[in-house]
Amino acid sequence: MINSEAPIPLEAYLLVASILFCIGVWGLINSRNAVRVLMSIELMLNAVNINMMAFSSYIDGDLIRGQVFTVFVITVAAAEAAVGLAILLSLYRNRTTVDMESFNLLKW
Amino acid sequence: MNIVSSTQQICFLILTIIIIGGSLGVVLINNIVYSAFLLGGVFMSVAGLYLLLNASFVAAAQVLVYVGAVNVLILFAIMLVNKREELKPIKGLKIRKFFSGIVCGGLLLLLFRVDITTKWSLPGPKAIGEEATERIGEHLFTDYLLPFELASVLLLMAMIGAIVLARRDIFIDKAQINIQQQNLIDNSNNIALIDQSED
Repeated sequence: MINSEAPIPLEAYLLVASILFCIGVWGLINSRNAVRVLMSIELMLNAVNINMMAFSSYIDGDLIRGQVFTVFVITVAAAEAAVGLAILLSLYRNRTTVDMESFNLLKW
Repeated sequence: MNIVSSTQQICFLILTIIIIGGSLGVVLINNIVYSAFLLGGVFMSVAGLYLLLNASFVAAAQVLVYVGAVNVLILFAIMLVNKREELKPIKGLKIRKFFSGIVCGGLLLLLFRVDITTKWSLPGPKAIGEEATERIGEHLFTDYLLPFELASVLLLMAMIGAIVLARRDIFIDKAQINIQQQNLIDNSNNIALIDQSED
């Protein structure tokens, strides 16, 4: 099951990525500072990137399609960070707080 | 066990420890500035993992975009919204954290199980190593051309949207000045004089 030829098995990369993803999910749920929520999203995106890079190197070694998708994910993450922080700034101007519990603007 | 593989394993262990410890610090440390710097460390270690996976181009892109752009942007945001505020305590916060921890632990166990029990089709084709950059360029301009162009449009939209959202609203003041000018046609040549006379 575990490939003994490679010095680091594929499963090790996937384990690190899943730990990182779960830490990101926990931080996304439990953070009360809005900036920390954005940081948790970045952690989750990085976990997914590690997965795709590991698959691209171990299973798809000649056509590295996972690396192309990782480049796309990095692009989208940059755009997301810019827009998210702009939304955060305008929320802070209106509410003068970054507490996630006080942002109920979309509550019906 | 030759020296190459043991060096790779040692590097992998160190990078893993930095990634997991740093991400725990990002989530758990109270001071958000420390969290942001630890996030930069996590991004750098992830770039190190990419180097171990024979992907130097994506490692460089990771350092440039994540550490150089996203992390700096987050630090700017922290500086702009940095107000020492005591968050109001809400009841049941400990229970909420505990249950979400259980849920995340369950998700982690599920992912571990999928990871270990799945028979990955190994060994795959041999990694091409240094030709990866050329291959990425070929992919970007042949079979992934549409996502590439969409990414450029997305970046443009995100840039314009961020500017529109984050700029201070000065339209209102100008509109008021225009109304003042329309009301006071006689003294319309100098707004500063009008303001002084009103004071």
